[in-house]
Amino acid sequence: MLRFAVRRVCGAIAVLFAISVLVFLIFNVVPATNPAARIAGKNATPQLIENVEKEWGFDKSLPEQYWTQMKLIFTGQATSYSLAHINIDQRIVEGIPVTASLCIGAAIIWLSFGILLGYISAIRAGGLVDRFVTVIALIGISMPVFWLASIFLYYLTYKVELFPASGYEPLSNPGKWASHLILPWVSLAVLFAGFYSRVLRSSMLDVMNEDYVRTARAKGLSNRRVMVRHVLRNSLIPIVTLFGLDFGVLIGGGAIVTESLFSLEGVGYFTAEALNQQDIPSIMAVTIFGAFFIVLFNTVVDIAYAYLDPRIRLGTSTA
Amino acid sequence: MSATAETAPAPTGAGGGPLLAVAGLRVGFVTEDGRVQAVDGVDFELEPGEVLAIVGESGSGKSVTAQTIIGLTRSPNSHIEGSVRLRGEELTTQTEAQLQKVRGSQIAMIFQDPMTSLNPVYSVGKQIVEAIRAHRSSVSRSSAHARAIELLGAVGIPDPERRVDDYPHEFSGGMRQRAMIAMGLALEPSVLIADEPTTALDVTIQAQILHLIQDLNRSRGLATILITHDLGVVAEVADRVLVMYGGKVVEQGSLDDIFYDPQHPYTWGLLGSLTRLDQPRPHRLPQISGAPPSLLSLSRGCAFRPRCPHEFAKCKEVPGLEARLAEDPGHRDRCRLAAEQKRKLREIEGRIGLEEPA
Amino acid sequence: MSEIGTTSSDGGPLLEVTDLVKHFPIKSGLLVDREVDQVRAVDGISFYVNKGETLGLVGESGSGKSTACRAVLQLLTPTSGSVKFEGREIAGMSRRHLRPLRREMQMIFQDPYASLNPRKRIGQIVGDQLKIQKVASGKELRTRVEGLLDRVGLSPEHYNRFPHEFSGGQRQRIGIARALALGPKLVFCDEPVSALDVSIQAQIVNLLDDLQDEMGLTYVFVAHDIGVVRHISDRIAVMNHGKIVETGDADQVCEHPRDDYTKKLLAAVPIADPRESRARRERTVAG
Repeated sequence: MLRFAVRRVCGAIAVLFAISVLVFLIFNVVPATNPAARIAGKNATPQLIENVEKEWGFDKSLPEQYWTQMKLIFTGQATSYSLAHINIDQRIVEGIPVTASLCIGAAIIWLSFGILLGYISAIRAGGLVDRFVTVIALIGISMPVFWLASIFLYYLTYKVELFPASGYEPLSNPGKWASHLILPWVSLAVLFAGFYSRVLRSSMLDVMNEDYVRTARAKGLSNRRVMVRHVLRNSLIPIVTLFGLDFGVLIGGGAIVTESLFSLEGVGYFTAEALNQQDIPSIMAVTIFGAFFIVLFNTVVDIAYAYLDPRIRLGTSTA
Repeated sequence: MSATAETAPAPTGAGGGPLLAVAGLRVGFVTEDGRVQAVDGVDFELEPGEVLAIVGESGSGKSVTAQTIIGLTRSPNSHIEGSVRLRGEELTTQTEAQLQKVRGSQIAMIFQDPMTSLNPVYSVGKQIVEAIRAHRSSVSRSSAHARAIELLGAVGIPDPERRVDDYPHEFSGGMRQRAMIAMGLALEPSVLIADEPTTALDVTIQAQILHLIQDLNRSRGLATILITHDLGVVAEVADRVLVMYGGKVVEQGSLDDIFYDPQHPYTWGLLGSLTRLDQPRPHRLPQISGAPPSLLSLSRGCAFRPRCPHEFAKCKEVPGLEARLAEDPGHRDRCRLAAEQKRKLREIEGRIGLEEPA
Repeated sequence: MSEIGTTSSDGGPLLEVTDLVKHFPIKSGLLVDREVDQVRAVDGISFYVNKGETLGLVGESGSGKSTACRAVLQLLTPTSGSVKFEGREIAGMSRRHLRPLRREMQMIFQDPYASLNPRKRIGQIVGDQLKIQKVASGKELRTRVEGLLDRVGLSPEHYNRFPHEFSGGQRQRIGIARALALGPKLVFCDEPVSALDVSIQAQIVNLLDDLQDEMGLTYVFVAHDIGVVRHISDRIAVMNHGKIVETGDADQVCEHPRDDYTKKLLAAVPIADPRESRARRERTVAG
């Protein structure tokens, strides 16, 4: 198990390095125009461009450029020229609690509902309940987040002022914090819940036909016990893997649409701003930030998988 | 004795009747391709301490029969008729909750492939403990764990204190099957149903497992139903034999009956197509032509008719399972040929077989 | 290892294997994989097969018999050793040079459910090699394939059907037809009947026997059921843990085994005769 974990972590570090190089190349080396000019922004004076060149190392060799830029980004010294001279890293750090609140809350909702609905439709497969849940799930999957969010905003914050329309309240005031997040949570969770319920249903139906489930029944275990400790337990393995990947992408900045629509100033919101202004340093920073979380969660998922399924723990002896 | 042993129930039924009595068992399934009658009228009895072998090929209904005894085939698209009595008590009408009390504790069942029959994510010990505590909830985890170690040792697994926490994939095939048997014995059942327990194992391991099953049968009086397609295995351990074909029992009798005085052509065919190491090689392996029947389209009359070289007019009506030899009422079969004819027809080149090799 | 030697003159064995070794490395290490040990699947075996003969290769799971087949046929590259087909060394030969030899050496596989591509029609499964090896095409291809299907006991009208429409025994016949399509000289049968019902096993064994007589085939018959192996083989080699522990005439090996493992193997085979079985058990207890 240790060997496996060590290797995965080393692999992750290698991937992150490769991504940072790729990001560097894509944004600075590949395009034809002067990178310093692009960074300096639309209203740049020649003096500004020259300053940028020095600060960002464009007067030096490529490896030195890479090193200079990575240093700027990782040590919190990168400032944005197009976005009111904010410190990029600080902005990202300020956005993390917002994005985390959004993603973790949505995740709890979508996992609970997804697993519950998936479980119900699997144990009553083929029946009316199953078909009903299937329709609900498919509706959930088909509704685009931006559409659902807009509907919520219109009906539940404008027509009937049930929820606040925008903004984020810190956790220090839990009631307000939650009320600002409920609609974003639901908008985000609906899609995933639908999807996860289908995955779990399918996984459970497969596992129900396994020989060891037959053995569990033959031992005289109650139906509930067979379903939960044998069928569900084994069916959750693909769910865990899927969740790790989805959550990693989401935290890494994938909630752009939701954050923008509800004016939650998290990392996704910042990414949207940066894209609008074409602010290269910010885009580089959020890309690396996103990549970091995705790789992190990938690695965690791999290690968790080995924990959940003893068969794939490499390095243990088999008779 | 261990913490979980309660007073074992008396091995004989009330009034000394058979331990397990199956009568008129019929199991049908509704499938995409139509209605399949997997089991079509099966009767047999199991005495305490006896080993009954059920022999058949794919589609014979032997596995479905066994699984139906403990109600594993109950489902919305299955239709079950007939009676299964354990010590006089009817099982087919019991609720699922009532049957759960019987499964594992009075009738235990082990299956063919130990690799897939144990949950890979729990240790072997945990799965045995689960079986114990499901039926005896007052037993503590630690005493159940101790009992699991005891059981693993009793079935011949070396170093059981360490192995009890190993996962199924860390055992070899033979050891896995022993662990399954240990789990089956945990609650000291009076009947063990073993569905092809050695088919997936090497022949040397097979011999060990059969020996173990036989030991358990002798030392604990554990009545056993052994399901297999291998007549060699039957000859080694069985007391009585049921031969199944197309969902019906086509012949039943004592071990000697079946091997030395078989009455049904299918049995002759099975015996004939065996390779015998202790006899000279035949020029050609006697075979049964055709293939095991599809249960969707059984022929009318005797199900074996399409493959039987000795079929005649009367075979168009389904033959009943009857004792046709006056001196042996326990030996029953479904073939209408006269006893004298049977004796002549089954002699092929000095051995028992179905027909002259082409 | 790939010397292009002369083809054998009549008299030499069709297949000669000498000191064949196939090891699989076991790698371990925290960061970098180092080979710490090897799985000695095939650990130096030697045998020969004469033209028209059947050599039975018997062993239990893990004995290395399946790996040996694949190493001989160059489906796996041997770690070391020599494999001579018709006197020509083929061990370690390049794929390009091996291709024409593929016509001469074929294999029938164990699992009739897994060895046929479920998305292809059986006419294609049997006939594809004829196309690939440019032996036949179009109408002639079809006629040849139908002829093969008929020979193995299937109906030529089934040309366009899919594997799932057939039973296990029939699928095995398809596998045999496929192996024989190019008219090979040597056929490896890797557990061809183990996955089949008992009453069908005999049919397939008899079919293989017939085809051997008709087409002058040479077989290496691999199985764990020593009874079936003895029936079809002229000579038998017994494998255990990657080595051949005994070779000899089939009847000799089964009636007068010399090696301890062979004796153990034979003693474990159940005797389908209750009296004999009881007698043997009494002998074991007494002896």
